[in-house]
Amino acid sequence: MKRSNQPFFWLLFGAGGMLSALIGAMLVFITGVAAPLGLGVHADLMSHANAIAFARGIPGKLFLLVVVSLFLWHAAHRIYHSLHDLGIPPGPLAQAACYGTALLGTVVATVALLAIGF
Amino acid sequence: MADTRKIVLEVLRYTPGQSTAPTLQQYPIEFTDDMSVLQGLQQVKDFVDGSLTFRWSCRMAICGSCGMMIDGAPKLACRAFLRDFLPGPLRVEPLEHFPIERDLVVDISDFVDKLGRITPWIEPREPRSLEQGEYLQTPAQLERFESFSHCINCMLCYAACPQYGLDSRFLGPAATALLHRYNSDSRDGAQAKRMELVNSEEGVWACTAVGYCSEVCPKAVDPANAVNQNKTASAVSWFARFLPGRG
Ligand code: SF4
Ligand code: FES
Repeated sequence: MKRSNQPFFWLLFGAGGMLSALIGAMLVFITGVAAPLGLGVHADLMSHANAIAFARGIPGKLFLLVVVSLFLWHAAHRIYHSLHDLGIPPGPLAQAACYGTALLGTVVATVALLAIGF
Repeated sequence: MADTRKIVLEVLRYTPGQSTAPTLQQYPIEFTDDMSVLQGLQQVKDFVDGSLTFRWSCRMAICGSCGMMIDGAPKLACRAFLRDFLPGPLRVEPLEHFPIERDLVVDISDFVDKLGRITPWIEPREPRSLEQGEYLQTPAQLERFESFSHCINCMLCYAACPQYGLDSRFLGPAATALLHRYNSDSRDGAQAKRMELVNSEEGVWACTAVGYCSEVCPKAVDPANAVNQNKTASAVSWFARFLPGRG
């Protein structure tokens, strides 16, 4: 019997799910609603200068990488299994498309965070 | 009959070799408050149409043979009461996700085959001779597997499982629950063999945690919980391979 490769992705899925449950809604609210409307946050919280400074610090880099990649891995795994419900059988192709997208996103985020400097 | 009410049973009929496709047949019946859906079907078979075919035996939710789709949900016909489906008509169909053999009888060979594959017996961890006496177990050790041993093989959970419906290679809820029953028995030593099945592509990983299996289970076996516990066990074993000294 062939061993399933799902435990690896399931772990990333679980970690991403946990993280998004803890901070996902809050992040959407702060960056998508509170900051643009100036609701209870400093006016230039999301200004370009602030964002760059955040992305250049080591804690900021780690935070961004973890949030972007784990959210992506969570979504990829969820979509992979939902495809089955829509009649698209799971298999190497669907795996490559879903997990490949998450991997690509992780690589792009890493490169971008490095390119932006320290 | 005292205090009877009327309901129409709308029963799926199919005879291999004769029908080209399943059809629905209506049977108006009179029933009393204490009558189960199974008793309704028996009334039809005894007095209206002897050709109607369905499985049953114990009439008391023990044997697991009367599972069918009742009003669209997998239920034991002997445990569902006609009074709960008024005004009707009440649709009665064979268990979903299994090939129909005839009328309400489905072909269960896939499930029987799965039961055979999980090593459904105890292989003693340490052999004992008769003189050494019985294998002792503490109440806490019993509790670890007891609820999973309550399964009556009614297959309602398979009719409830969308993943089994999509791909029947999936080991599925009840077989995993029974596998877990043996794997968590302190007397057993065949875990490694069963874990190969759990870890395989047909094992627990097809499950997407829908949970409907546990909802429909008439014996509170909670097969979803067994599948979940084995996902964790399987993930641990997946990563344990990379530890030094492990194969
Ligand atoms: S786990 Fe429950 S629903 Fe599934 S076969 Fe066993 S008793 Fe029936
Ligand atoms: S007849 Fe035995 S479970 Fe219903």
